[in-house]
Amino acid sequence: MSADLSPPVARRSDHSPWNYLLLIPIVLPLLTFLYNSETPRLFGIPFFYWFQMLLAPLAVIASVSAFYLARRTKGARSIDARSNRREG
Amino acid sequence: MHVTELVITIILFVLVAGVGFWAARWRQPPHLHSLDEWSLAGRKFGSWIGWFMLGGDLYTAYTFVAVPALLYGTGAIGFYAVPYTAIEYPLVFLILIRLWSVCRKHGYVTPADYVRGRFGSPTLALAIALTGVVATMPYIALNLIGIQATLQVIGLNGHWPLIVAFVVLAAFTYRSGLRAPALIAFFKDVLVYLLIIVAIAYIPAHVGGWGHVFSVFNAHFASVKPHNAFLLTNSNQLQYATLAFGSAAAIFLYPHAITGVLSTRSRDVVKRSIAWLPVYSIVLGLIAMLGVVALAAGIKPLVSGGKANTNTIIPGLFESVFPHWFAGIAFATIIIGALVPSAVMSIAAANLFTRNIYKEYFRRNASDREQAEVSKITSLVVKAGAVLFILGLQPQFSINLQLIGGVIILQALPSVFIGLYTRWPHRAGLLAGWVAGMGTGVAMLYVTPNTAAGQAHWGGSAFALSHLGINTTQSLYTGFIAVVINLLVTALVTLVAKALRVPDGRDETAAVDYYTDEADMPEPESEAVPA
Repeated sequence: MSADLSPPVARRSDHSPWNYLLLIPIVLPLLTFLYNSETPRLFGIPFFYWFQMLLAPLAVIASVSAFYLARRTKGARSIDARSNRREG
Repeated sequence: MHVTELVITIILFVLVAGVGFWAARWRQPPHLHSLDEWSLAGRKFGSWIGWFMLGGDLYTAYTFVAVPALLYGTGAIGFYAVPYTAIEYPLVFLILIRLWSVCRKHGYVTPADYVRGRFGSPTLALAIALTGVVATMPYIALNLIGIQATLQVIGLNGHWPLIVAFVVLAAFTYRSGLRAPALIAFFKDVLVYLLIIVAIAYIPAHVGGWGHVFSVFNAHFASVKPHNAFLLTNSNQLQYATLAFGSAAAIFLYPHAITGVLSTRSRDVVKRSIAWLPVYSIVLGLIAMLGVVALAAGIKPLVSGGKANTNTIIPGLFESVFPHWFAGIAFATIIIGALVPSAVMSIAAANLFTRNIYKEYFRRNASDREQAEVSKITSLVVKAGAVLFILGLQPQFSINLQLIGGVIILQALPSVFIGLYTRWPHRAGLLAGWVAGMGTGVAMLYVTPNTAAGQAHWGGSAFALSHLGINTTQSLYTGFIAVVINLLVTALVTLVAKALRVPDGRDETAAVDYYTDEADMPEPESEAVPA
């Protein structure tokens, strides 16, 4: 089962500069001093609550962007990787 | 007794149970006689199913009732679930694809399987497996609390409806495995989205608008306890941030979350599902807000056995503002909401027993078929155990245990998550770190009182730094402190073990295994079977 069935793939990587987008929704929610305030209100909702309600949509935007942007830049390279594998 | 609500709840429950039984034939499985098929649905789920299933799996019935109840009861600090569920997916986005790859490559079914292969230590794997089982059991029990609170509002106070619901759940999980909760998740999630959109559009306006809702909320917390403000105070901001971050790091260490991830087809499916999962967190935020609304709507928790059950406020809010038929749909949603996570949790806990205890210590040569049989039976035992928890013990006991569960599951982080990136830690270091993290974590929880509830111990997950002789009013999340201690001890003992040349375990994984993708693997049917 653990025997190598496929030849090793040269230099695969999950690295992409777009991954840094993920840091925004991770770090921003931890900075409580930024949003621990009653004003400005939105539709009568204190800032503390409506600001944090926006964190989840922000997480969607950041992670979805990171996924699609990284895939687009990797598109060309992964074709190379596949042909390397066949030769290897 | 609310008859209309009850009838609608029963109809929807029966419908969903039927889906659960039929799921055994969903996507034409070749057979269900292996853990890959029964418990991971052949590792073939695509992005849509993966997204629905993980969403249905991670947002439990307890979440629906307890998160708003916490906000209702404690104010701003109870809102931590919102930043927590925003952080969790970006945090694990890159980690989980590595875990998926190495598990796919080596046929690992549980996180403990991976730890065993990576660090060559069955003992460390046993520690990780036990952590998973102990953390999961009370979590299943808490789902029952969600059902129980709903039944209480409907007016059913006996134990038998709860037992019937769980027997049905146990039966279809036994028959269909992971396919049942995955298929039911579609129904659950559609109902949840529908319910929450209607609730948020309708209820706040019904009780006088958001401005009024928050002025009632504000006035309430200004009057009762000075430290439980409707904003964070100077002494609980750090606690809030560490609680959100610690919980976010913990959630994908839970066996049921990992089971969901491993059932997907490829790295891209994992990434796409995880990237879109915070959509559920938007819904969670709206659900949390209903706790604020409930206070303004004047909802009082139902009292049973002399104790006020704040978990009843959300079902109570639905009952008081919705027409009967829609309240019925809302109650059914909460109950169905409990079925998906309970099924996946019991499967995940059963797999830990089968793979890392039964196969490891009793039946080295257990065949695929035998392992599947053992897991199926164990999943029944796990659910029976959860029911006995709720019926035989105070609900508070399960809540305390789940509190402990959140802290101890984090102690798997060095072995599972950090292990994905580096093989530097020595198996002795990881084991010592685990012992230190578990010990200090449980000790810290034990010495934490809850003065409001009159409990001397297990009073919450905020550890006051004044316990350490530091002159401060600050608290930190207990799990966060425990995992830092765990990491320090792991590093220290690793250095000592390496200096003394203590033999380390064999790593059966290779660097490329962490990038394995769908295309690298032979068809599952023709895959060699591990002996």
